[in-house]
Amino acid sequence: MKYYYDLHLHSCLSPCGDDEATPDSIAGMGELNGLDIMALTDHNTAKNCPAFFKAAKRHGIIPLGGMELTTAEDIHMVCLFDILDNAMAFSEYIESRIIPIKNRTDIFGNQLICDDEDNIIGTEENLLLNATTVSLDEAPELVKSFGGVCFPAHIDRQANGILAVLGAFPEKPYFPVCEVHDSEKTHEYAEGYQKRIVSSSDAHYLWDIREKDMFFELDSERENAAEAVISYLRGEV
Amino acid sequence: MTVEALKEHGFSPVTLPEPEREITGVYIGDLLSWVMGRANSGDAWITIMSNINVLAVAALADTACIIAAEGVEITEDIAKSATKKGINILSFSGSAYDAAVLLYELL
Repeated sequence: MKYYYDLHLHSCLSPCGDDEATPDSIAGMGELNGLDIMALTDHNTAKNCPAFFKAAKRHGIIPLGGMELTTAEDIHMVCLFDILDNAMAFSEYIESRIIPIKNRTDIFGNQLICDDEDNIIGTEENLLLNATTVSLDEAPELVKSFGGVCFPAHIDRQANGILAVLGAFPEKPYFPVCEVHDSEKTHEYAEGYQKRIVSSSDAHYLWDIREKDMFFELDSERENAAEAVISYLRGEV
Repeated sequence: MTVEALKEHGFSPVTLPEPEREITGVYIGDLLSWVMGRANSGDAWITIMSNINVLAVAALADTACIIAAEGVEITEDIAKSATKKGINILSFSGSAYDAAVLLYELL
């Protein structure tokens, strides 16, 4: 069965994310675009995931939660969980690994926490953009220990892409899956690096959310699809 | 000056498999994809990057040594691998700027 996806999305909780990109609006846009699976991945936090999971279910979207983690090396890693509680436990842990610098909304933008009906229920005080103390080396095992999976984000980009930062893939840890931003490069990267390549929007605005084009071919029914995606991204199936 | 002579000036050796290597210049950078194309042979390369890929970049650019600034931790794995690959690493507690100023006076 084909599942159309977008696994890298920012909400109004990311400082660089549009204030209009509320969890409910993101899920709604995904429904309009004909997507099946969406993941909310704000920078270094999953605090809008509870709202996103609720809204997604209402909009007929299979939700994944997690974050775009900034490693100590300034490399962006997409971290995904099929179970909301696991995403939130991971988020709470990462809060202890964030370097606390107060957000300046005039420079970086708002960091809004919402409920599933677009009400603002809080703000995040510490800047979510900067590096955490989690090294690239420890990230995969750490995320796995919370029940999720992580993979390098936008490896075709200069800014915060693993290849730009480290010059090449390190020998360890091994990443079976990577994300490219430019979906036209999926074949080139898949062949060049012998990896499974996914391509998501990294949308910071609602209109950047992917159309119905990238998909997973999964042997799973809808109720097991989220779990199957995690297995696929781990390179298990 | 040689890499080994840095020991006298506040740089702490992590591993010096080639202590007699001559330092002929300095390069500062952390984005490894940049460093590999820009650092010159014989440079003392100052960085705060402590991923193991620094070894590949140092080998590729043929730098005289890596100077790990700000006291960033170089793991034992990396140190061992550097010893095997013949790559000198020293640690420096000050900033990259402090290290560069010191090297400017020494070279």
